[in-house]
Formats: sequence, C-alpha cells, structure tokens
Amino acid sequence: MTFRIDKLGVVIAALLAYGAFLAPFANFRANRIVPGEARGILEALPAGLGAALLGFAVIAIVVVVLKTPTVFRLLLGLAALLALAILVGLSAGHLTPPENTYARVSPASGFWLLSFAFALLTADALARLRLSPLARVALLAAVAAAAAGLLVSGAWDGLSILKEYGSRADSFWLEAGRHVVLALGSLVAATLVGLPLGILCHRVEALRAGVLNVLNIIQTIPSIALFGLLIAPLGWIAVHVPGAAALGIRGIGAAPAFIALFLYSLLPVVANTVVGLAGVPRDANDAARGIGMTDGQRLFRVELPLAFPVILTGIRIVLVQNIGLATIAALIGGGGFGVFVFQGIGQTAMDLVLLGAVPTVALAFAAAIVLDAATELSNRKPGRAA
Amino acid sequence: MIEIDSITKRYGETAVVDSVSMTIAPHTITVIVGTSGSGKTTLMRMINRLVEPTSGTILIDGADNRSIPGYELRRRIGYAIQGHGLFPHRTVAENIATVPTLLGWEKSRIAAKVKELLSLFQLDPAAFGPRYPHELSGGQQQRVGVARALAAEPNILLMDEPFGALDPVIRAKAQDDLLAIQKHFGTTIVLVTHDMEEAFHLADRIAVMDKGRIVQYAAPEEMLVNPATDFVETLIGAGERPFRLLSIGAVADAAEAGEAEGEPIAAASSQRDALSALLWSGREALPVVGADGARLGRVTLAGLARRAARPQ
Repeated sequence: MTFRIDKLGVVIAALLAYGAFLAPFANFRANRIVPGEARGILEALPAGLGAALLGFAVIAIVVVVLKTPTVFRLLLGLAALLALAILVGLSAGHLTPPENTYARVSPASGFWLLSFAFALLTADALARLRLSPLARVALLAAVAAAAAGLLVSGAWDGLSILKEYGSRADSFWLEAGRHVVLALGSLVAATLVGLPLGILCHRVEALRAGVLNVLNIIQTIPSIALFGLLIAPLGWIAVHVPGAAALGIRGIGAAPAFIALFLYSLLPVVANTVVGLAGVPRDANDAARGIGMTDGQRLFRVELPLAFPVILTGIRIVLVQNIGLATIAALIGGGGFGVFVFQGIGQTAMDLVLLGAVPTVALAFAAAIVLDAATELSNRKPGRAA
Repeated sequence: MIEIDSITKRYGETAVVDSVSMTIAPHTITVIVGTSGSGKTTLMRMINRLVEPTSGTILIDGADNRSIPGYELRRRIGYAIQGHGLFPHRTVAENIATVPTLLGWEKSRIAAKVKELLSLFQLDPAAFGPRYPHELSGGQQQRVGVARALAAEPNILLMDEPFGALDPVIRAKAQDDLLAIQKHFGTTIVLVTHDMEEAFHLADRIAVMDKGRIVQYAAPEEMLVNPATDFVETLIGAGERPFRLLSIGAVADAAEAGEAEGEPIAAASSQRDALSALLWSGREALPVVGADGARLGRVTLAGLARRAARPQ
C-alpha cells in the first residue's frame, strides 16, 4: 500500500504543528488594558484536555498530509472547529482565578492558527465535494446554529470578548441594526438606481464610457476622504433645505455614510448590468426583434433574464463590500460595528475591537455564501430565477 | 404577395440596397443570393422592417408595411435566422409559443399549436417540449427555430441563411423538410443564402444581388440558360451548369418508354441523382418507378445528356 501526499495538506499540517506546539493558545491579563501573558495548550486547559488536544493535533497532522477521503477530512475539520470552540471557552474558566471579575482571557495566536488551519481543511474539502448551493446554505445555517448554541449556553461567557459584550449588550444590538441597515439599505438604493442606469448605458453607447469612468473615479476615492467631501454639501443642505434636517440629513452621521456606501455600490451594479446585457447572445436578441417583441418585452423577457446571473454577481460584490465598509461609518457618527472597533482602538482594548470585527466578518462571510448559492441557482435554471 | 417598389437603404453615402423593385408571388419560395455585402440580408430585413428603408415602399398583400407598428408587423411574418436564435433560458415549447403568447392566444390553443409543430418537425412533443435549446443537436435546434417562426401561422416566412450552420447531411434533410412544410402550409418564403446549390434546390424564383442591385430575377432554368451578366454566370459556376439544370428537373419528366435492368430509381428524385446512379452503376439505362412502385419506363444516359445540353 502506498501513501500519497496531499499538497495543501502539507501547508495545513505545518500550521497545525506551529499552532499546537509553539504558539500560545490563550492570553491571560490581570485586567482589560494591561499586556497579556501567553499560555500554551497544556497550561491553558485542564490537565487531561490539554494533552488530549495535543494528541488530536498529531493525529490530524497525519490525516491531512496523506491523501484521505474527502468526506473524512470534512468531518475532521468540522469536529476540530467545534472542539476548539468549546475548549477555548473552557480555558477561560480554567485560567480565570475564582471570584476575579477584572481578569481577561482571550484566544491567542495558537488558537487562531489552529482554527484557521482546520477552517482551511473544511473549506478545501467542501470545494472538492462540490456541494449543491442549497446544501452549502444548509451547512452555513448549521454552523450559525452551533455558534448561536455555544453563545446561548454560556460556554464562551468567560472569554474577554463576551465580557466586553456583557457590559454593552444593548448598544451591541443597536449598532448591529444600524450596520445592517447601512449595508443593506445602500445596496437596495444602489440596485434601484444602478440597474436602470446600467440598462441605459447598454442601450445608449455614448453614455457608457462617461458613466463608467465617473463611477470608477468615485471608487478610487478613499472612504474617509469621501466622508470628508460629503460633510460640506450635506451640512449646507441640512441648513438650507426645509425638512432635510428632520429627515436626519446632516454633515456627519448616518446620511453621509449611507450616501458614500451608495456611491461605492453603483460601479459594481452598473458595470455588471452592462456586462451582463452585452453578453446576451446576438442571435437571441435579433430573433426577439425579428419575431415581434417590443423593446420593453425584449428587455424583460430576454435580456434581463439572461443577464441576471451576472447582475447578481455584482450585487454579491456590493453586499460583501458594504458590510465591510460600513465599519468606517462609525468614524463620522454613522454607527455600526465600527463603533466598537474604534472605541477599542482608542482604549487599546483588543477585545472590544474584536467585538466589532468578528460579527462584521461573520456577516460578510454568510452574505457571500448565500449570494454565491443564489447566483449558482440562477445560472443552473436560467430564466426561472428571474 | 410582396411588392417591393424602388426600395433604397443608405448608410451615410453608401447605398447598401439601391432602388430595388421586385414582386414576390404568394405561395412560392424566392431565394435571394449574392456575395457577402451584396445587400441581400438588408433587403430581406426591410420586408419586416428590422431595417427601415431610406426610400421606396413595400406592399404586403396590397397594404404598405408601414401602416402598422413594426413589432405588430413582425408578429405576422415568420422569421428564422442562421444559428436558430432560440432563447437559451426558455424551453423548446416556450420558445415555439413566443409569438402566440405575444398575440395573446388562449393557453389551450398555444399548447395545441406547439404540439402540432413539434410533431410536424418529427420531434416528440412530450420528450422535446420541456427541454432547453442547449440540450438539442444543431439540426434539432434549427427545426425548433423554424417551428417558432411558423407558430402564429404567418403567410410569409423570412429566412436568413437558416441552414448555414448545419453539416451537409443535416442541411439536405432540413431543405427537404422545408419544401414539405411549404407545401403543407402554402407559406410564401423569402430565403437569403450564398449557397447556389441551396438556391437551385429550393427556389421557384431566384434573385441575384450584386452591390445593392438585383442583376437578375428569374426562374432557375431561365437563369441557367440565359444568365443576365458575367457575374450571374460566375455565381452559378460555368462548370456546374449542366448538373444544375438536371438537379432542378424530376426524373418523371425525363422518363422514356421502354424497359431497363438494375436498381430502379424513384420518379420524384432529381435528374441529377439519376445521372449519378447511371454513371455509378455503369449502365446505359435504369428503370423508373412511381411512389406506388409501378414501373413508369426508363431513364437513359443519352436522354439525360440531351437535357443537360444548352437549349437551342
């Protein structure tokens, strides 16, 4: 019997070896601001569990390096991620001295490396399995449910990030709501404006280069600079246009953040609409005219259904981009998860930064998976999804 | 009846179609041939106003084709193109139902029409109706394209190199199918091609176009015997003339009284096929049989040679 080596497995194994044996698993700090002390796996976990995790890592290294069945690798990856999630919660209870409410325990580089390695293993196995779009969404839902279960069960309550959450639970959900409204609202607005604009650019060639160039230039403006550019005109509108201030339009706050996100979103929507419509087969278009469709019928019955997968790809780009960009809105008082990121930076409290960053990443990740699945579904049954 | 009266289409200074007049008789197949850029496609597209003429008029059954909106006109005229132009996101049945749906036919009537057309084109409605175009072979796609063009029972069918993308075997079959369909519905067909073989096989009348003008508009025999210009002669191919002359005549017309040995030949085949069979079998004569199998006489090498010669 011969053993064959898996190339990506070698990389994952190297990450696992470093993460398990050399890097610290958890960070212990006497309070939330002082620098932490690194703890390895054997120190960070109750005696038997630490050794068990190291043993598990050794077995995992062997399994990933060799060419093993994909389903087996997937199950190993998922099981390992779940185990890590539970163990990191246990390490918090183990390291925190009893009755001490100032001490903070947070995951350290070893934990993140192990998680990353197993996530890579899982993602690779999923890609090789070529799961159907609905199966991928179902898996996402299962992972989300598991994470929610761990949160609700209190397994992670000892971790520093949840201690930060505990002291500002109300504002967390308020900012979460603002974040989603900013990201989704600007996407909806950009789609409502961008789709007709894209169609217009497709039909009127003279317009195309101009519009796309302007949108390209907007994309190159750094977000903070764009916020700054919007302060003066919005401030003027708030003062001079009756009712504008009552609607919440001010130089700073949610309005400029919304407008900036909207402007950034336009290019992917318009460009993908133009590309999608240009990709409609000439024959189909000619036949549509030749058998007596009006321009409107041709647009809605032939061109848009055929361009839909490409347009949806543009919307996916915008949504993921907006969820990330909305973090910056906090800089000008627009709210969102960025509030915690910037507060955390100000207080040199990394845990607070993570309280803003982790949900943002999770949200963007979930949005990408759901919209990828939708794009694939619309591609597979062309027209039916439109 | 399509009456084209000094129709002209200019793009800038160039006249793509230059003052063309022709009358197309109902229930016939008219083939427009010419080299690329001769204006043949533009001329055809002005009939259903996919291209608006610069000047001139086109009357369809006596009515100016500009008396109704372009899209309404096009719903009354069948249109089939090279590469079929089927909608890739719709099933075969939905593709064929396009124009009847636009016209607001009742669902049951549309379903019956789709079924009738698929059967007519030898495609099993239950098997092919729910499929998507990319699941069909090239020949099947082309048949669906023609079926879609005929769905609203148009009097006129315009075809732009409809068989251009097919391989020779399937093309010959598609051409024979078209002749059968034309007999069945009595449709007036205007077909554009650059394939002279196809033109002589299908046409009741051929219009040869060159540089935006019609240089000759005549029945195939007439064109072979009396080509109007050197260009027409070149297009026909001087070396091909005797064979083209034979290819437009049926064996029935060349049958003589008498007996012959060998594999009989069908009266409906072309005289060219008969010549080919004679040469290949090495015989001087072959028996001719009718569709019912009855002997109708014989066809001889000498007889065909006389028919292939330039008429005096």
